[in-house]
Parts: sequence; C-alpha cells; structure tokens
Amino acid sequence: MKGPLSYLQPGRNTKVSDQSETMSFIPGQPVTAVVQRIEIRKLRQGEHLILGFSIGGGIDQDPGQNPFSEDKSDKGIYVTRVTPEGPAEVAGLMMGDKVMQVNGWDMTMVTHDQARKRLTKKNEDVVRLLVTRKSLEQAVKHSMM
Amino acid sequence: MDNESQYSGYSYKSSHSRGSRKHRDRRDRHRSKSRDGSSRGDKSVTIQAPGESLLDAESTRGDDRDDNWGETTTVVTGTSEHSVSNEDLTRVSKELEETSPLECKRFLGPVLGGCLGLFALFTPLAFLVLPQLLWREALEPCGTPCEGLYVSLAFKLLVLLISSWALFLRPPRATLPRFFIFRCLLMVLVFLFVASYWLFYGVRVLEPRERDYRGIVEYAASLVDALLFIQYLALVLLEVRHLQPAFCLKVVRATDGASRFYNVGHLSIQRAAVWVLDQYYRDFPVYNPALLNLPKSILSKKMSGFKVYSLDENSTNNSTSQSRAMIAAAARRRDNSHNEYYYEEAEMDRRCRKRKARLVVAVEEAFTHIKRLQDDDPAASSHKHPRAVMDPREAAQAIFAPMARAMQKYLRTTRQQPYHSMESILTHLQFCITHNMTPKAFLERYVSPGPTMQYQRENGRGRQWTLVSEEPVTSALRQGLVFSLRRLDFSLVVTVQPLPFLRIGEEFIDPKSHKFVMRLQSETSV
Repeated sequence: MKGPLSYLQPGRNTKVSDQSETMSFIPGQPVTAVVQRIEIRKLRQGEHLILGFSIGGGIDQDPGQNPFSEDKSDKGIYVTRVTPEGPAEVAGLMMGDKVMQVNGWDMTMVTHDQARKRLTKKNEDVVRLLVTRKSLEQAVKHSMM
Repeated sequence: MDNESQYSGYSYKSSHSRGSRKHRDRRDRHRSKSRDGSSRGDKSVTIQAPGESLLDAESTRGDDRDDNWGETTTVVTGTSEHSVSNEDLTRVSKELEETSPLECKRFLGPVLGGCLGLFALFTPLAFLVLPQLLWREALEPCGTPCEGLYVSLAFKLLVLLISSWALFLRPPRATLPRFFIFRCLLMVLVFLFVASYWLFYGVRVLEPRERDYRGIVEYAASLVDALLFIQYLALVLLEVRHLQPAFCLKVVRATDGASRFYNVGHLSIQRAAVWVLDQYYRDFPVYNPALLNLPKSILSKKMSGFKVYSLDENSTNNSTSQSRAMIAAAARRRDNSHNEYYYEEAEMDRRCRKRKARLVVAVEEAFTHIKRLQDDDPAASSHKHPRAVMDPREAAQAIFAPMARAMQKYLRTTRQQPYHSMESILTHLQFCITHNMTPKAFLERYVSPGPTMQYQRENGRGRQWTLVSEEPVTSALRQGLVFSLRRLDFSLVVTVQPLPFLRIGEEFIDPKSHKFVMRLQSETSV
C-alpha cells in the first residue's frame, strides 16, 4: 500500500529539514531523507511468512559492492530483488530502495543479520517500512521548484 | 628394571671413593634395613633413643634463639666469629659418632667395584705378558701383525680406562634402600665374562703352552673388544635408558600443597624418588611450618557446639551418629569465620607490605653510605681527612646497624626469622657488597622464600628421607602408582601418570595458497 510521502527522521535524531540532502551519511550529523511508507502484509507459504524481497547490506558487509547505493560507503540495508507478484511488489517496494525503518526500528546502522531478524519476526503479520530512493528526492525537488 | 647406583648421603666422604658404579654391595644395605636402633642417616627408618632431639638441621627449631638482635645490635667486632657455642659442640660430636662406624662399610662396595674393574683391565695385559714370561723361547715369532694388534689393544685399553673414569667414578649422592638390579647384573656379567676368559686361557694356553703367539694376542684383543661392548651396555642401561621421558610425576607437599610436575623416563621407584628429591631441593619453596594454620581464633568458634543427648533407652553408643549430628548442626549454623579469615588475611598482607616498604627504604639508604674505593683517587683520600679503608666484612658490619631493625621486623612478619640468623644476614651482606650488588639484589633473598637448597647448611650427615610405598621399591614406574617421601615433619606425595601418546599428523600448506578477498555482499531473502 502506498503511503503518503513524508519527511523522514531516520537514525536517532529527529530533525526535519526543508532541504533534502543526499542519502550519504556524515558521522555525527543527523541523516535526513525523503521516505515513503510502505506497508507489507506477510504471505504465508507453508510454514514461513514471507515478504517477497531480498535485502543486502549492513554494517558488517562490504559497502563498495552495493550496486544500488549512490555513496559507496553507505552501509545501509538495500532492497536487491523483489519477487514479482509478491506482497512487497504489491505494496509498492521497488528494487534499489534503501530501508530506513522497519516497524519503528532503525535500519541504517544494523548488521545484516539484525536486519533479517527484524523483518522476519514470526509474531508480526505486517511490516511497515520507511524506504527511500533517489527518485523520491527528485520528485520532491521538482515539486518544490 | 632397576637401575642406578646407590647414592650415599655422606657426600664429603665418598668423594674419594674410586669404585666404579657397578659395585655397591647391596646385601649389606639390605641386611641393615631390618636393623633398627641405629641412627644412620641413610634411607631407612631410624628409631632414636628417647630424649634425643628428633629434629635435625633441616626442620625448624622453636623460638628459642635470640630474635632480638635487631634492637640491640651495634657494630660487631670480630671476636664472635671464632667462638664455638655449646650447641655447635654437641652437634659436631653427634655427627662424629654417627658417621664413624659407617666408613668401612661404605667403602666396601666401591673397593670391590674398583678391584673388579682393575682386574678386568689388567687381564688382557696379563694374557699378553704371561707367555712371554713363561715360555718365551718356545713362542713363534710374530712380526708386524702382532705389533698392529698391540697398538690397537693399547688404544682400546686407553679408551676403556677413560670412559670408565668418566662414567663410573663419581661420588654417589644417595643411599637407596634396596639393591640396584642393573648394576648388580652388570657386575656379575663382567665377573663371569672375565672368569670364563681366564678359564679358557688357563686350560688352552697355559696348560699346553701354546706356541702361536699371534693367536694369543688376538684372543686378548677380543677380550678388550668384549669389555668395550659391556661398557656400552652399561652406558645404555644405566645412563641412557631413563633419559627419554615417559611418565609425568606430580609431587605435592602434604603440609601446604605446593606442587610441581616433572617428566621422567623409565625408572624404578627408588631411583625416581632420588630424582624427585633432587628437583625438590631446587624447585620447592622452603617448608615453613609457621605459615600453615588458620589462627586459632577463627577455628575455635566452630567448636562451641551442641551437646547431643540421646533419649533412646536401648541406645548403643553411636558415637558416629552423634558426631555426625553435631557436624550437621554446626554446618547449618551461620558462622562468619570466613569473614574473619578474609579480613585477617587482608590485614596480614597490608602489614607485610608496609614492613617491606620500610625495609626497602632502609636498605637502600644503608647502601648509599659506602662505596667502592677506586684505585685512582689517591689524591682525594690524601687531601681530605683520611677515610678508613675497610674490607667487605667491616663494611657490611658498618652498614648493617641502620637496617637491622627493619630487617628483623620484616622477617618476623613473614615468619622467616628461623631461617636467617644475624650472622647469615651479615655474611650475605658482605657477599653482596663484594660483588657490587644493588640493594634489590641483596633483598631478593629475603623477599621471597627461596628453594630449600638455599637454606642448606653443609653437614656431612645428609638428609634423611623415608620412602613409603605399597609396591616394592625396585619395581618400575607405571600408571597410577603412588608413593610418598617422608621426613620428620612433612611428606611429599608423588603420583605417577604416563605421558599421553601423541599422534601427530601432517598438513601441508602451499605458501601460494594464502589469498584473500573482500567480503561479498550477502543477500538474504525475506
């Protein structure tokens, strides 16, 4: 389900900024980005609840190999693949999105395994993600101009 | 399986025993083991007459010595060094009467061994010389080959002589309770060997007056060869076989739990005992009975106990159940003796460290008062007031006074005062001054309890240990064996364990195979 566009506050600091900055991460500075809220309902397949996409990245991974990130030192969690006709695609997730929050939990400074765990909690039926992508920023920029 | 010489404890006497180690007359020792009533100083149980002090030089004496020298000492002049106290006199006389009956018996073994060795060495020469003496005219002349044999014979005899001297002529260091099987075996072998050669010689050469001299010389040369081989056998059995480690011995001192592990080879129990004792004198800190027990104040609280009355009519006096009930009750009671122990230990530690700090400062300061006189400042000493030039002893006495009190207090706190008399401290100080040691080097001896070897006083009596074992002491070491070595006031318990068999495999790593990559991005589907 596509949610309205909203300004985000990822990481720990909540700082709303008019100016959308790049998605790169400057240590010590709050990160601001334009995000989209996506709500995905999990699909039961056998005994697993699946979401229908794949993630890559994390603070324990090598950021230089991330094909979707702009800044090759970005260690955030990115969506690397979206299963066609899966719950994620239906909800509007696109390949290359950077996941900023999952159900309120921060995803910008987590290991790969922690991210996987946050997404695959068995007692949650729906995950609400905050994702960001380049096209969002540009859309906002254009709309402001 | 038994190897080894007996080591006698009277080392100063046996330094001139020339016997080869092949010969110790075991039967004497064996017989005398069953004799009691004589206090002898070797490794048998001694029962001493009542009234005689059972403490010898190694166990600690009570506090009957003068501990107050720290307060009262001043510069000591040289008169006290040469006086002999009454104590010394009685000790010396006791030593004399203990050692004198033993002398001839102790030398019996080495003398026998020496005789047999010399006999064996002179036999080839006798073989060569006898025909020449007795029927020289009838002998066939034997030219160059014989001379070659003479040369080889001479060198082999020389080698035998030198190696016998190197291997066997050593002062024994311990007396073992039983026969030493390998050595007896070798003695018997040598004797039989030489005797059989003589027999053959007597029957085949002397009787018929054999004329082939070259044959005789070759016969003598073969004897020397055989003696060399026997010596090789002796070397392997007595010296080499026990070098490769096969067992791990755990040695625990029964009184305070100090323990060490040692690797030994295939030895018999008595020989292993000697080896362990050698290491004990070097490795274990000295046994100090004053450091052992919990103070009575802590322990006595537990004993204020319950009285148990049994109300049964037909109570057979079950003392065990009574005591068990008492122990159970005492255990259930909440007692804080561990608390007291902890605080007492902490307090003791603190006190020790404080005294040590004072001692270190005092010693450092004392050492600054003297310095070594260099040869090249006569000008200074002649211009200024002439300084008294002292030898090390006087210098030690001069600087001892300021540190004496701190030293005595420190020794008393660490309960070491029985081990260090004022005389010994002065001697040590003199030693350190002579060798340009720093105060820290001087204090090294007092700060930590050293190995027992450090406190040995040389007396010829030797150290008396009793080997307590359930197996016969000439049996070989094997897994699970336990024996103990007892002295008068403490004992060492030795446990034997075999060293594990090692299976070492091989893995070859190609040096070109060390390659690295960056970590991949892993992708997980959720």
